[in-house]
Amino acid sequence: MSLELVLEYMVSPAFVEGALMTLLLTLCSIVCGVAVGLVIALLQDTKTKIGQALTTLYLWLFRGTPVLFQIIFIYNVLPSFGIRLSAFVSGVLALSLNEGAYMAEIVRSGLQAVKTGQRVAGLALGMTRGQVLRFIVIPQAARIVLPPMGNQLIGMLKLSALVSVIAVQDLLLVANQIASANFRYFEALTAAGIYYLAMTTVFMMLQMALERALDPKARRKTRKWTLTQRLLSVSNEVATR
Amino acid sequence: MQDINDKPLLVLEGIEKSFGALKVLKGCSLSVSASETVVVIGPSGSGKSTLLRCMNLLEPIDNGVILFEDREISGERNDKHVVRKQIGMVFQGFELFQHLSAVENIMLAPVKVLGMSRADAHDIAVGLLRKVHIPDKAGAFPDELSGGQQQRVAIARALAMKPKVMLYDEPTSALDPEMIREVLDVMAELSAEGMTSVVVTHEIGFARSAANRIVFMDGGEIVENKFTEEFFSGAVGGRARRFLDQILH
Repeated sequence: MSLELVLEYMVSPAFVEGALMTLLLTLCSIVCGVAVGLVIALLQDTKTKIGQALTTLYLWLFRGTPVLFQIIFIYNVLPSFGIRLSAFVSGVLALSLNEGAYMAEIVRSGLQAVKTGQRVAGLALGMTRGQVLRFIVIPQAARIVLPPMGNQLIGMLKLSALVSVIAVQDLLLVANQIASANFRYFEALTAAGIYYLAMTTVFMMLQMALERALDPKARRKTRKWTLTQRLLSVSNEVATR
Repeated sequence: MQDINDKPLLVLEGIEKSFGALKVLKGCSLSVSASETVVVIGPSGSGKSTLLRCMNLLEPIDNGVILFEDREISGERNDKHVVRKQIGMVFQGFELFQHLSAVENIMLAPVKVLGMSRADAHDIAVGLLRKVHIPDKAGAFPDELSGGQQQRVAIARALAMKPKVMLYDEPTSALDPEMIREVLDVMAELSAEGMTSVVVTHEIGFARSAANRIVFMDGGEIVENKFTEEFFSGAVGGRARRFLDQILH
């Protein structure tokens, strides 16, 4: 093993671009995933028959099939219906749609944790339903959903490696390609691993900072997780997928 | 003040309301004049709270008419929030917004609903906290306040919208006995200043001292609707008398 080669790989344009691609994929997918999750959660909340049916079908489809299958399906099957998407868009679409199915549950638990009385109090003050959602429900729900959402974000970073199967030039694909050219797998994959670990660590620290910022009273700690606990809970969650 | 008292601010006519097969309001009619304090009493399940929630359209009615300042506000409409801006409500469970401090709880609706500047809203909020006798609690969060303090912040929050009428839904029922007084005192002060109020309560002492009129409900009907002195002098029917005997002993 050559440390210089690891370093050389890490600063090479191909690796930096791969890492940026992974980051971009992750952020796009998580943002869209939260949006999809919010829509599903609100649709479930309406308690209309059609809303229930649609969301149940959605959850059944996206939780009942592997993400890898969804990625390949969207990339390879949609073109035969005339929907031609780039590999990147296909990847983001598959990851977001899949994420939405899990995010819906998290968003819903957050929305439900805000008691009906709080909404009624907002309505009684003359707020519209939208204002109640925006100024009363979401700020309170955000504090509750933030820890699990942070876990999802880190999970997404790792899931994003799956898009290498549809030739998106992400970190894993780049590492694999470079290694297969000269069979220096150890160095190339070590370089990629360091990037992954660096990104997950930064995400965790951001999450902790955000949790503290969303806490109106700095001294009140609703849930305090150490970095190690975060790592463990993340690995548990991904293992069950 | 007496002459404006004759002008009805809020009028309910033949209000009917069912929850499923259960008919909770069986044709209730009531008129509340400006500056008047009306206390609604009656046994649990008599429909008092439901009637109150109908007044600010939180509960849609099945039949009847509600007039607010001579305009009909009942019936299908999608601007209920416009009506509610002018009607303050205080709940049994306080319902302060848990993520906001006392002063922010009071400022939220003036800023977001009325479009007031934060500075103006802050001034109003501080003034209102003084009015409810907790000027030093501006920065406190709901879970740092006692029940009595929370309820007074909730009253201030409703007052910040400069409502034309205040509705109180059993405001002291969730309070420890030693805190009931401080909340009732604030309500009585507001009534004395001429704030039109409708109060659902079990506090007969408050009814006796602060109310202009007592409404007694039983089984979804308004059974008695009398001036306070008249009501307590015994000029009431058997149902109200039995209820009074029960809660006074």
